[in-house]
Amino acid sequence: MNKIFETPLYPYTRHPDQDVTPPARRKVVIVGAGPVGLATAIDLAGKGVEAVVVDENDKVSFGSRAICFAKRPLEILDRLGCGQPMVDKGVQWNVGKVFFDERKVFEFNLLPEGGHRRPAFINLQQYYFEEFLVERARALESEGAPIELRGGNKVMAVTQHDDHVTLRIDTPDGPYDLEADWLIACDGAASPLRAIMGLDFVGRVFEDNFLIADVVMEADFPTERWFWFDPPFNRGQSALLHKQPDGVWRIDLQLGWDIDKEEEKKPENVIPRLQEMLGDEVEFELEWVSIYTFQCRRMERFRHGRVIFAGDSAHQVSPFGARGANSGLQDADNLAWKLRLVIEGIAPAALLDSYDTERVQAADENILNSSRSTDFITPKSAISRVFRDAVLDLAEHHDFARPLVNSGRLSVPCVHDGSPLSGADALADGPARTRPGAPCPDAPLGDGFLLDHLGDRFVLLTLGADAPDALSESGVVARRVALDADAGALAALCDRYLGDAPAAVYLIRPDQHVAARWPAYDEAETRAAIRRAIGLE
Amino acid sequence: MPLNLAANLSDADDVYADLLAAHEGLSKEQSDALNARLILILANHIGDRRVLRDALGAARDPGNADG
Repeated sequence: MNKIFETPLYPYTRHPDQDVTPPARRKVVIVGAGPVGLATAIDLAGKGVEAVVVDENDKVSFGSRAICFAKRPLEILDRLGCGQPMVDKGVQWNVGKVFFDERKVFEFNLLPEGGHRRPAFINLQQYYFEEFLVERARALESEGAPIELRGGNKVMAVTQHDDHVTLRIDTPDGPYDLEADWLIACDGAASPLRAIMGLDFVGRVFEDNFLIADVVMEADFPTERWFWFDPPFNRGQSALLHKQPDGVWRIDLQLGWDIDKEEEKKPENVIPRLQEMLGDEVEFELEWVSIYTFQCRRMERFRHGRVIFAGDSAHQVSPFGARGANSGLQDADNLAWKLRLVIEGIAPAALLDSYDTERVQAADENILNSSRSTDFITPKSAISRVFRDAVLDLAEHHDFARPLVNSGRLSVPCVHDGSPLSGADALADGPARTRPGAPCPDAPLGDGFLLDHLGDRFVLLTLGADAPDALSESGVVARRVALDADAGALAALCDRYLGDAPAAVYLIRPDQHVAARWPAYDEAETRAAIRRAIGLE
Repeated sequence: MPLNLAANLSDADDVYADLLAAHEGLSKEQSDALNARLILILANHIGDRRVLRDALGAARDPGNADG
């Protein structure tokens, strides 16, 4: 049995900040040491920006919770220096099977696009994910980076001032005050900070309960994702079986709305249900059981003065499609470089409003996708069930109906079309997937990958085009990454970045999103695009 | 191609009879399922979201087909 989530990783110790008057002032305080808070702290501190993470607990998440991490978040983790251990530990899969009643109606192979360092996604328990992030934070700390984890620190009150925030924090030794230039709330869907500040969180409640169980078994099930609609062992409801590392399997059973949660959670009720699902001959051990309900909702705005919300505290989705932790990591990716430029005095604070614009757009996209999956999986009216079942019946026999089956859509990153930071798309024949606002798709470069050369700073990517090695504008230096437009040797790169264009120049943001692109280098336009990308125009 | 709401079936009586025949002997539930499958099959065959939206509009409000 895995006890990793029972070991304190950042136990409370008394900090000198608890004994000073007036209160100590820190650059950035992050509330919540989950995936989003830790990633944000690592991103900031890795670039020299002081980041203090406070959390009322001192352990990684209890139970597996988020288990699917998609390619884009893995690429973000590569940038943060901890993608490899996640991928090494994670389980990769491509085949999914869909069952309806007692029949397998079809199976699919995701066949992810080639030419990317990272797979379409991995399955990994959230507690491992957090553990690797904590290890990365500790490694940075030992290298002298200004990062700190304070366990047993519970935020009780928040006061906003013009140029800072004051926090009242409770500890086992009693409360203390701490000031922060900026406060990032990564304290989850039930965000105590959001409640303390009296902020909205509106959306749609789905009246359903799901039983979620981690089961350890030595079964010969293939490494596939199995999804059941209306199976004999869970009549009228859905079920999901997914593999995690260490012989742990995730099982999700829809229970319906009108149930007794405490009763359903009891092992004597859970185990027979799982036995029926897995078959009589399979031996298993129950590692973790939880019952959850969910909502699809978001805050109206993610930035409130010097307090910024990221991850589940800002937006909540259903679990179908793995858009919770994945989108939270993209929040962190989007926020960290902007906040750093503001703190360094290079960008105006208004740059942070683009975090709000871009990540609200992403949240709406995720909520739309996850609501649609939920509406398919758990039909809310008689007629929607009739259509759902018709799709499944047809999918067994006809290709056309299979794309309509929605048991969760793969989480893909949002393209920030219309972003205030994006310049014009001047590459007439350029591929749509690399238009301004899009995250850069990876591509092999001989012995490495494109994304290894991007990120953290502004980059001027040239393909078969000339440009200076570096361009300095308004305190930002965009350094050039020069590549040949050689469609023979670098076919994927040319396909993804040139399309039918003979040459191209891309301005790429520190979060590896395209800011602007042109058929050739133009100094004045590049300077204007940099200014725009840091909120100066 | 816009949604065609002019008469387009040369053998209208036969088509109508085919529809009824397909439902012959089915329970209400089976008929509902058949209709749903039929709609999905036809929607895929049409393959044009704009036409389908116009058709949905016309079905929902027969008196205001342009709405």
